[in-house]
Amino acid sequence: MSDLKKIKDEFLSKLSGKLDIAEINQIKSDLFGKSGLISTQFKKIGTIEESERKKFASDLNIIKGELQDLISSKINELESAEINKKLEKEKIDITLPERSFVQGKIHPVSQTIDEISSIFSEIGFSIEEGPDVENEYNNFTALNTPENHPARDMHDTFYLDEKKQKLLRTHTSPVQIRTMLKDKPPFKIIAPGRTYRSDSDQTHSPMFHQVEGLHIDKSINMGHLKGCLNYFIKEFFEVDKIKMRFRPSHFPFTEPSAEVDIGYEIKDGKIMIGEGNKWLEILGCGMVHPNVLKNVKVDPSKFQGYAFGIGIDRLAMLKYGINDLRAFFDCDYRWLNHFGFDPLDVPTNYRGLSR
Amino acid sequence: MIITFDWLKDHLKTNLKEKNLLEQLTNIGLEVESVESLSADNEMFKIAEIIRTEKHPNADRLKVCDVNIGENEIKKVVCGAENAKKGLLTIYAPPGAIIPKTKTKLLVAKIRGVTSYGMLCSESELNLSDESDGITELSKEFRKNIGKSYFSKSKSNLIDLSITPNRPDCLGVRGIARDLAASGFGKLIDLEEKNIHSKNKHTLKVKINKEKGQGCTAFGSCLITNVKNSESPKWLKDKLISIGQKPISAIVDITNYVMLDINRPLHAYDADKIEKGIIVRNSKSGEEFTALDNKNYKLENGMCVITDNKGVLGLGGIIGGTRSGTEFNTKNVLLESAYFEPGSIRNTAKKLNLDTDAKFRFERGIDPLSIVDGLNKAAKLIKEICGGEISKFDIQKIETYKAKKITFDPNIFEKISGFKISLKEIIKILEDLGFEVKKNKKRLKLAVPSWRPDISQEVDIVEELVRISGYEKIKYIEPTKQRKKSTLNKLQKLFHFLQRSVASKGYMEAITWSFTDKRFNDYFRDTKKEIKIINPISSELGVLRNSIFSNLIMHINKNLDRGFKDLSIFEIGPIFNGSDPGEQNTVVCGLTAGKKSRLSWIEKERNVDVFDVKRDVVQTLVEAGYDSEKFFIDNETPNYYHPGKSGRLFLNNEKNQIAAYFGEIHPNILKQIDMKTESLVGFEIFMENLKLPEKTLKDLKIKFSFSDYQKSERDFAFIVNKDVKAQDLINTISSVDKSLVKNVKVFDIYEGENIPKSHKSIAINVTIQSSERTLNDDDLEKINNLIIQTVENKTGAKIRS
Repeated sequence: MSDLKKIKDEFLSKLSGKLDIAEINQIKSDLFGKSGLISTQFKKIGTIEESERKKFASDLNIIKGELQDLISSKINELESAEINKKLEKEKIDITLPERSFVQGKIHPVSQTIDEISSIFSEIGFSIEEGPDVENEYNNFTALNTPENHPARDMHDTFYLDEKKQKLLRTHTSPVQIRTMLKDKPPFKIIAPGRTYRSDSDQTHSPMFHQVEGLHIDKSINMGHLKGCLNYFIKEFFEVDKIKMRFRPSHFPFTEPSAEVDIGYEIKDGKIMIGEGNKWLEILGCGMVHPNVLKNVKVDPSKFQGYAFGIGIDRLAMLKYGINDLRAFFDCDYRWLNHFGFDPLDVPTNYRGLSR
Repeated sequence: MIITFDWLKDHLKTNLKEKNLLEQLTNIGLEVESVESLSADNEMFKIAEIIRTEKHPNADRLKVCDVNIGENEIKKVVCGAENAKKGLLTIYAPPGAIIPKTKTKLLVAKIRGVTSYGMLCSESELNLSDESDGITELSKEFRKNIGKSYFSKSKSNLIDLSITPNRPDCLGVRGIARDLAASGFGKLIDLEEKNIHSKNKHTLKVKINKEKGQGCTAFGSCLITNVKNSESPKWLKDKLISIGQKPISAIVDITNYVMLDINRPLHAYDADKIEKGIIVRNSKSGEEFTALDNKNYKLENGMCVITDNKGVLGLGGIIGGTRSGTEFNTKNVLLESAYFEPGSIRNTAKKLNLDTDAKFRFERGIDPLSIVDGLNKAAKLIKEICGGEISKFDIQKIETYKAKKITFDPNIFEKISGFKISLKEIIKILEDLGFEVKKNKKRLKLAVPSWRPDISQEVDIVEELVRISGYEKIKYIEPTKQRKKSTLNKLQKLFHFLQRSVASKGYMEAITWSFTDKRFNDYFRDTKKEIKIINPISSELGVLRNSIFSNLIMHINKNLDRGFKDLSIFEIGPIFNGSDPGEQNTVVCGLTAGKKSRLSWIEKERNVDVFDVKRDVVQTLVEAGYDSEKFFIDNETPNYYHPGKSGRLFLNNEKNQIAAYFGEIHPNILKQIDMKTESLVGFEIFMENLKLPEKTLKDLKIKFSFSDYQKSERDFAFIVNKDVKAQDLINTISSVDKSLVKNVKVFDIYEGENIPKSHKSIAINVTIQSSERTLNDDDLEKINNLIIQTVENKTGAKIRS
């Protein structure tokens, strides 16, 4: 029996026993250490006769490989057994609560404004804003509502001075005036924002939100107005069809003027928008009055177009089934948490307005 | 404006049903607000007499009345009205009746232990008027009708129309009929009446003073002598009751009827109470009179008054006075039919805070050519019902009405409406509405009817045509999906970003009113000017907010009362710096109360603190694209913050504009509003003060560089004077060699043993890395020494050995 075979058999038998990691490492060094049995054999290669040298070297390599593999597999076995043993001890009650987290929410009015902006963005409207405090001219006079016009009665106005020259805007329409004075036509804007009327009861809040729309160009007519609003309402309520009614009304700053109703019905105590035979008024609109255009130095013989004003809070109430307008501004944590939206829920066109 | 289909049929011939009528009214812009059925229930309301009253045994303010409801039936009714007394004729509602105002069904009820069989009604409960003080008082003429139903049988429903302010003509039934007829709903009945030709002299002289601002431009009148004023005949009473008005006396009822029928307000004076003639003039400051609402009014200069030798008789077109009012014993009547300027009416009514039916109509504009029609119609009725002789009509005017003329280009119709109708149709609609139409080549020359003050230019004609043709004819033109300008500008994008960024840190977004309670505002006003609202809803909402904190803290407190302990809310919105447009700023304001990890099995609970809000502010700004390494923070904050635990943040050390404040809210404020929480911290980010980043993300993304050479970290502990700021230390170290010092972290602050009392130890971890090569020991030693040297020189620190 050659030395090699002897070594192999001896160590195979040693390694087949039950060993701990230290014993294996000892074997490893006995074989492969600086003066280990295998290492010594390798040193011998040069002294062996040339005719046998090749075979010797090959045999040696095979044995080396075999023993090495066995050793590393033994080590692996032992290590994983050790980990497993450790894991045994590390069992916890995974049903205990996670570390606490807090969730913030976006107010339904903000969410609705973003939804509205997203819809109008698709059809080319950009967003304008104006100040909450307005002068009497922008809020009324420029909008063809001179002093002593009975239409002013419909706006219970908060004033900031005795002369009634400074006020809290009663609608977002003054943004029309500011926009048109600032730029040149065409105009295609919406203007969401806070509005104020000194009216306070179950269905009125002294502060509420409106979005103004304005599209002025060379040949914008009532058909464009109807098409635009129909598109908006369908998109907003995320329905394919909407029952909508245009009916004549009056606003000093538009002529002709219209109010828009949408059809609804109550099904199982829930309001269903777009069907049914009841009508719900949701907005006012019309063709911008030539007097208004003149007031902002736009030539009414060259430019015309439409404007509209929509109550944002009302839209939010309808879409999300909120009953009480006053609750919007009451800051009840429970309400905010229930009706609020996750901040990551940004209404966009491609992923839809709402989940 | 309340009408009934029956009344409408006085002017409109139609076979159509009420259902069609309601639809058509809305379609032509006369919006039906509500329809109230006057069903058989209303017959339950009976004319009754109180025959005895006694004090309620268990309530001081209640009476127990024996009420005669006819046919020898007496009912016991408990009543709280002060005017309930023996002999009063009033209206009785039996159990089972539905009260018109409240729509509630009346039941037999025990009131404080006494059973009440039915109820005695106020005018307001019956929707007869707004009078809710006391029960209805009927005149003695009703005595013979005790037990009979007060409301006559009516088949017609009450139709309440919301008439827009531009349509005074539709404040009369005839105007509504005319619009309906023009739209093809029935035919307008011709009511041309013969004018009265009287030979009797009009003996009262009327004069309109020609003076500046004269509010009356025409005053028509006639005298009707030897009348016998009485209760109105049944048809007239029924007519008024049918639309919910209370009949008073024939003369008053007739003037009301004419007003409602043809929108011609009239006023009847007892001619014997007028001293000599009538002068229509401007009032003088200090003049006084008692109006028919029994209130005394002190007048200012320049109000249009109808006067006689003794003084003011009434406010022209608004309200008459008690001195010259007609009564049942009135013998001679002066009937007035005048034209008052809308602006003058409105001014006066607003100053005196007066609202009447006549005022409502005159301020919208009455048909100036209806003066004679009104006199004719009313005088005839008075003569018919009350007898007497009618005098000649006297018409005084200081202005002559001229019809408005408009040249109308029919092409404009399609240009605005987007659809077509024939010229023939255009002409027909306009003529049906009362326009005089003349064709002139391709244009139409139009004379506007005198009852349409709202029409003055071509676009008004377009509206009439679209309205009558039907808004359903307007086409739907699909919007084009094309964008020429970005939807949001940079500031709006920032708003949007900050809003969602703060919410994502656990804050609930609130929206609160822009006004607030002065008391709360004062806590957070700092040095800002208070901005008062002249006419607030209530004193608690009397000022515009100078800070959002005022509202948020109020609402945090309410939520604490609701039992919440750990709260974070924020609002992004305006604060006001002055009362001029534009003197406002957009602020993101947040408040956090309570603890972190309250009742946690795994984490130690602690109060929220200033470094929580500092993180929220800094993280939000970093997410919005600002470089936190450039931030500069000091402790100069407004007085509503805790002076020692609050900070002011600038985007860089040029300290141009304040980007944010953050900190603990001053404990004094919490004490004053009695807030019970472990801790309250807040922040304000001033959106307009954030310099908008010049570089877009696109620009920033292009450049990407990093170093793969070995990093090395070193810890230093410096002993510094207590007032040395960590920020200074960090900045000093960072600027030692910007190409090598990559990161500086404070990892410990220590005061106490082994450190002088006035000093503290700050432990800092510095990451050093070159982007050009691997640093060797020498390089590191050099930079370490440089850091120590620089810090020691600049801050007076000593390295802790």
